[in-house]
Amino acid sequence: MLAQQLVNAISLGGVYALFALGFTLVFGVLNVVNLAHGAIFMLGAYAALQAVIHLRLPLLASALVAMLITGVAGWLLDRLIFAPLRTRRAPHLAPMIATIGLAISLNSLVQGFFGAENLRFPVDALLAEGLSIAGVQITWLELRIIFLAFVLMAALLWGLKKTRIGCALRGLAESPKAAALMGVDVEGLFRMTSVIAAALGGVAGVLIALYTNAVFPQMGQPMLHKGIAVVILGGMGDIRGALLGGFFLGFAEVLSVAYVGSTMRDAVAFGLLFVILLFRPEGLFGKSAQRRA
Amino acid sequence: MEWLESFWATYSTLVLSVGTNVLLALSIYLTLACGLLTVANAAFMGLGAYTAGLLTINTGTPFLLALLLGALVPALVALIIGRPTLRLSGVYLAMATLAFGEVVRIVILNAENLTGGALGLNGIPQLTGWFEVMSAVSFTLYILLRLARSRVGRAMAAIRQDEIATELMGLNVRSYKLFVFVFGAALAGLAGALNAHFTFFISPNEYGFERGVEILAMGVLGGSGSPWGAVIGGLLITLLPELLRGLGHYRPLINGVILIVIILYAPRGIWELTRYVRFPTRTPTAN
Repeated sequence: MLAQQLVNAISLGGVYALFALGFTLVFGVLNVVNLAHGAIFMLGAYAALQAVIHLRLPLLASALVAMLITGVAGWLLDRLIFAPLRTRRAPHLAPMIATIGLAISLNSLVQGFFGAENLRFPVDALLAEGLSIAGVQITWLELRIIFLAFVLMAALLWGLKKTRIGCALRGLAESPKAAALMGVDVEGLFRMTSVIAAALGGVAGVLIALYTNAVFPQMGQPMLHKGIAVVILGGMGDIRGALLGGFFLGFAEVLSVAYVGSTMRDAVAFGLLFVILLFRPEGLFGKSAQRRA
Repeated sequence: MEWLESFWATYSTLVLSVGTNVLLALSIYLTLACGLLTVANAAFMGLGAYTAGLLTINTGTPFLLALLLGALVPALVALIIGRPTLRLSGVYLAMATLAFGEVVRIVILNAENLTGGALGLNGIPQLTGWFEVMSAVSFTLYILLRLARSRVGRAMAAIRQDEIATELMGLNVRSYKLFVFVFGAALAGLAGALNAHFTFFISPNEYGFERGVEILAMGVLGGSGSPWGAVIGGLLITLLPELLRGLGHYRPLINGVILIVIILYAPRGIWELTRYVRFPTRTPTAN
């Protein structure tokens, strides 16, 4: 029983972590709270669904299509909203309010095009059968979700740690001015960060859509709130914090559903978020937030 | 007077919505004018609506008393959560209030015995008339206009520009922040109580994120430089979808696009634009 719950928690937590990574990356590098991340997540789910239904692509390829489309959305987001606000040195809250506007516009547009109802993937795409290891049921779908989440996370961590671009990004997160003086293409990296973050959000959308087999315009909203909870749990802008926070929330949710009841599921995330903000706003693992301010 | 009657028959809901939305815009103006981005106003509105609605349905409380309590309960809640929450600043404050709003919505949704849960609260007596709405709006506006020119208003403007400097001047920044937060919550609750008594039906999802964004859009569109900005914002956001009837379902899209365009091209809001037209002087920019 417990082992089964752990498998569920790992697949759910992996998706939460993936979503939170994009969110925290944008905050750490661009210093922007991107409240449109949930809408981009929803966009990814719709893109994959359309690819599966109309282009008859396999799941992995449709996840790539979703990453591509949300990546373009991320590029546009930076080009049209973040970049103009950066050059004007707008206060921190300005881009945040603009992304609220973007989120609600995207939701409304998608609802206009595809309707408000719950769309589903075709059953044969879902890989519902699986295998059982020592009494623990795990479907091929769950295995793929876990695999994809871990590969993407590992790639991101490796890229940030070992490549030149990753090094430049970390410098940029520390101080854009100093990074520019070292010859880093600051604007280009800002745009690249926005693209990568959006693509991660998009692929998280595909995975959650497969996991729950539900695609609807408002699906990004609860996810955004959970992502915020995760990111604050791990400390804003902290990559490893977002990973740990994602798994933490996954475990907390699965265990509370299993042992307390499903109505408490959403209350868990927000209760955690509210309490942590009040008592440890720098996050469970973070250093003082003062340094990043 | 026949045209007036037919006008009222057609547009009474719209006129009353304008009034309550202006109240909501004024409620977020208070915190925005202090430089605080709090997005819990929709939740406070819901608290006020449910308080007043439950009172008039179940206990037959006189309408004015129900309105008063509809403003008082959210104010009390704001007073309780205000102290710890307002220690946060900037994006942390915004996210804490976002989470709080969501908690309120989930609590209303799950307290089925009291609130009817997801089915909502049905059959609220239609007691709100133009008189109540107009007097609430004009009284609030009068107070806020006086406030803006008073010691308190100047302190609020100072806090928005530089919190630390204001504290060094010997002003109690925390108390001012708590004051605007609680006052804003009371206004949002009053608007919710009035609104519930002409829409007949309320449900928890009316007070979720989208409503919060709508309120924020009113505040940002008008600008937080003056209460008049909030009035303009409330008016435009309510009337715009009526003028663009054909767009029907895309009402949130319009709100969203307005938010983006205003932030990009007129970050201080429409009210500030009209002032630039009258006084074309250069203002020193921060930093």
